[in-house]
This record gives sequence, structure tokens and C-alpha cells, in this order.
Amino acid sequence: MQDVIRVENLTKKYKDVIAVDGVNFTIKKGTCFGLLGPNGAGKTTTIEIMEGIIKASEGQVYYYDKAINAAMSQQIGIQFQHTALQDFLSVQETLNLFTSFYQHTIAISELVELCDLSEFLNRDNRLLSGGQRQRLLLALALINDPDIVFLDEPTTGLDPQARRNFWQLIKNIKARDKTVVLTTHYMDEAQQLCDDVLIMDHGKVIARGSPRQLLNQHFQEVFISLPAIQVPDALVEHYGWHINAQQVEITTADVEATLSLLLAKKISLTGLHIKSPNLDDLFLKLTGHSLRD
Amino acid sequence: MLNISRFYAVVKARNIEFFRDRASLGWNLFFPILMLLGLSLVFSDNDKAAYKVGVVNLVEHPSPFLTTKYIQFIDYTESSTAKIKLAQHKIDLLVDFNRQQYWVNAEAPKSYLVEKILLNSHLDFQRLETQGRPIRYLDWVLPGILGMNMMFSSLFGVGYVIVRYRKNAVLKRLKATPLTALEFVSAQLVSRLFIVMFMAIVVYIGCNFFFDFYMLGSYLDLFIIALLGAFSLITLGLLVASRSKSEELIGGLLNLSSWPMMLLSGVWFSLEGAPKAIQVFADFLPLTHLVVGARKIITEGASLADISYHLGILVIMSTLFLSLGAYFFSWNTER
Repeated sequence: MQDVIRVENLTKKYKDVIAVDGVNFTIKKGTCFGLLGPNGAGKTTTIEIMEGIIKASEGQVYYYDKAINAAMSQQIGIQFQHTALQDFLSVQETLNLFTSFYQHTIAISELVELCDLSEFLNRDNRLLSGGQRQRLLLALALINDPDIVFLDEPTTGLDPQARRNFWQLIKNIKARDKTVVLTTHYMDEAQQLCDDVLIMDHGKVIARGSPRQLLNQHFQEVFISLPAIQVPDALVEHYGWHINAQQVEITTADVEATLSLLLAKKISLTGLHIKSPNLDDLFLKLTGHSLRD
Repeated sequence: MLNISRFYAVVKARNIEFFRDRASLGWNLFFPILMLLGLSLVFSDNDKAAYKVGVVNLVEHPSPFLTTKYIQFIDYTESSTAKIKLAQHKIDLLVDFNRQQYWVNAEAPKSYLVEKILLNSHLDFQRLETQGRPIRYLDWVLPGILGMNMMFSSLFGVGYVIVRYRKNAVLKRLKATPLTALEFVSAQLVSRLFIVMFMAIVVYIGCNFFFDFYMLGSYLDLFIIALLGAFSLITLGLLVASRSKSEELIGGLLNLSSWPMMLLSGVWFSLEGAPKAIQVFADFLPLTHLVVGARKIITEGASLADISYHLGILVIMSTLFLSLGAYFFSWNTER
């Protein structure tokens, strides 16, 4: 597959902070690429340099082997993390306004269907709910039928249902063979949507690969948990298990052996959970601190 | 290069925003009307203490009349200019001792009283009347009030809005499109120019219906100086708002630009008697040239050639503000 974007040695320094520190990666055509990391990791700075919105201190971003330039704005679509829309315009008028900016656009009726805007098309921008707003912003990002769509934390602040609806919209966009670049601090979102993820912390890349690859590479174990009341303390101590929030936590590479052991010791398995490690656990393992901190 | 469809789309969107914002629209409309109504009540009677008498070639004529107390005598070399002053109630009587004639303004009560005093000394002088509508303070202050309103609408309507757009990332979203800074800035300028002129015309026509304003000059000339004045004030707003993303800072800067004009641009009172330093300072304020130029058209029937000084200064100021504003303009998308 062809590389759409190539980022080389990207660095952004503010007065006394290095927001992005020598980052390198490539993005393949037609994939959904996720930039992951906690708040302040440098995700937004990285994506905004890729969009041509802010300038890098060092390094370069190439788009189909050409350095980014102003003409690129015709071919990319952007949804920023924080964007106000002009007050007193309706959704329809906002779409018309942005349509006029581009040479090549897709029909507004198609956008309305793609982003599910029909029920609030004549509503004032100020009166939209969080989910409706994000759908409109997504529609604006798609208005010029871009090859690459940049989405900066598109589901932050949405309720669980609105998030799931939004994921479906992103899957629809992927189905149109577009390259999607997404930043998020929700690991479940990345696992749902991304083919390829880059985990950042303190401006540096700390892991790179598909979610499955990364998890297989870093974890051979699964997590088993049981109510602590069912397990004698002596046993917990003997095997070096942890007790956390009245749950005994057992990390094991061999589930069958562990379960046989528990049964042999006549421990009730009522309330037992088996959990595979996810990207949250990976992040914790790699950085020593939780993603939400 | 300017893409017309992109430019027009931004003008249209901004105009829609303005006219749908009822609170701001109402303020722009009713503020000047309320000012004019208030002033018409406050200045409904003219209660100046002394009388003013114009005399043609004053120094050449000793006369007991000229020693009358509580009358100020003003020397004129031409009776024609003095007659306009009389018609405009700037003076109460005009005397020409050479020709043994005097003129009264038949519509002015003060003129009648001063005539009685004159006749004590010069019963034989020939009585003549001037024709002409009186100028009220309201007529005089009208260009000041309209100009002031245009100034606030231009400075705050452009400056504040751009800084707000910049702060809440509307500008950042626009920057991510092919829209250029030139298209955006000129669209803001044209949109505001349309709004300011539209509102000024609505207020003028609406108030004229009640107050029947004095107007000696041409409405087209008045329109031209208003347009040029508004243009220079809007470009000043653009310049002030070219970089900042702080609404507090821009509020301060806009107040800093508007208050000197509000006080020293001849909105409320004539600068003729003011100290030289203040007059020189006022000459650097665009509103001064708008107000003084418009006032000359309204009260003296001046032509564009007569006020070419003011027009020229406004053109120079607009060019300067616009170039600097375009040079310094920043989308300011860095956090």
C-alpha cells in the first residue's frame, strides 16, 4: 500500500516546552491511523502540523512525497478539537458557506445523509447538542470530498450512545476508501476504529503497530479477578496475587492451569472475571502511569 | 488574488449574523435615535446670556449702539457671509453703518429684541429681513451623533468580532479551508461598510421624519463623506484587531481609540475655540474629518471641493490603516 503521509523528525518547541520531540512515522492509504496518548502528550500539536495549521520547529511532513503547502487545503478535511461555528447561521447555511470555499465538493444532500444531519438542518448552530455539533463538524471536514480526513478527539465529551453513533459514521467514511487520521485518549475508540496506532507520551513515540499486534507483543497474560471474600488470605499471599477494591487480581499466561488450581483449592468461581489486556493496560505498562492521569 | 464567490459567501454569512442578532441590531438602531430625542428635549430652548450682533467693517464706525452692554459685536468684511450666520441664528442682528441698513431674522425672538435696542440709536436705518430656516443645536449635532454611532459600530463591530472569531477558533476553522486572509478581511470590511451605511441611512431617514433636519448641501456629497469616514474607521478597527486573541485587551484598545474621538472630534461642541494643541490632536482622528466634513455639507452647503481637505485626510488614513492591518493580520492559530 502507498504511503499517503510521511512525517520525518517532527519537533515543535514552545518557549520552555518541547511539545513534539523528533517524531517519525508514515500513514498508509485507506487506513485509519490513531494517535493515542494522554492529554498533553503532543497529539494535537502533531496533527495540526500535519494539517498545515501550525509550523514545525524542525522536521517535515510530506503528503504524497511533497512537502505540505497551502494548495493542500483543497484535498484534506479537518475536524478540530475546539471549533466555534459562526453564530446565527443554520446548519444548512453553514454547509453552503463552506461549500463555496472549495473547487470540488460533494453534494450537500449526500453529506446530510452521510452524517445524519436531516433532523436539524434548519437549526441555529448555537442550539445544537454535542453529538449534533460533532456531526456537523464532521460534515464540514468531508465537504470537499478529501483524500485524508483529520479528526482531533472527535468524540470527547459525547455520551456513550452518541459516541457509538459517531464511530459508525467514521466506519462509513473508511468504507469510502479515505485515509482517516484520528487522535483520541479513549483506548476503546482506537481498538474499534484504528488499523494502526501510534502511542505518544511527553512528545515522543512510545509504541507503534496495529492494536492486536501491540497487545500480542507486550502481553502474554490475561487478567482473572475474583471477589476477595472467596479466597483465603494465606493463598493470596502464597501465590503473590494482589487485592484491589475487594477483588483478588491474578495475572496468568495459562488460564486453564490457574482455573484448575482454584477448583482444586475448593474456591468458588462465582463472580469470576477474565479480561484480556487492552490498550489502557498497555499504556500503563509502557509509561508506568495511567492514561487518564 | 481574490476569489469572488468565497468573498461573497463570507460577506453574506456575516450580514446574516448581524441582522439576526436582534439585541445588537436594536442597539445600533435605537442608540442614536435615543440620543437625538434626548438632545432635542435638553436643548429645546436656547438660553444664551448675551446677544450677538454682526457689524460690517466694525472698527470704522463709532456709534453709541456699539457701547451697549451684554452685546457681543462681531466684525464681518462681507455682508453676504454675515447674512448666512444671521439666517442660521449664529448672530441675532447684522448692521451695516455705511449703507445705514440692518438685517433681522424674522423668525428669531432675540433678533426682535436687539432690533429695539438698535432703534434707540439709529431710528433712520433701513430695515431688511433675511430668509432662511433656523439651525437648531439638533441639526448641528446630528452629524456628530450619526458619526459617533458609525464609529462605535465600525470599531467594535469589526475589531471585537474578529478577535472573538480568533479566540474561539472560528478563524482557525476558516484557515483550514482555501479561504485567504485577503478574502476574509475584505469580506469583513465590505460587510461592515454595508451594515454601517444601511443603519446610518435608516436612522437619518427615520429621524428626519420627526425632526425635519436642516440640509443645505447635497445628499450625495453627504453619502460620500459618510462612506469614506466609515471606511477609515473600519480599517482602524481591522488594524487594532489584527493580531490579538484577547477580548479584554481588544476592549481596552478599542476604548482607547474611540473615547478621544468621542470627546475631541467635534461630536458635541465645535473645536473652533479649543486650544491649538487639541485642534492639532483632533486632526489625527478620522472621526473629526467625518463629522466636520458632514457638518459643513449640512449647515453651510459645502461641496466636495470645499471639504477636499477632510476627504483627502480620510483617504490617506484609510490607506495607511488598511496596509498596516493587512501587514500585521494573523489568523493566530498557535495555542
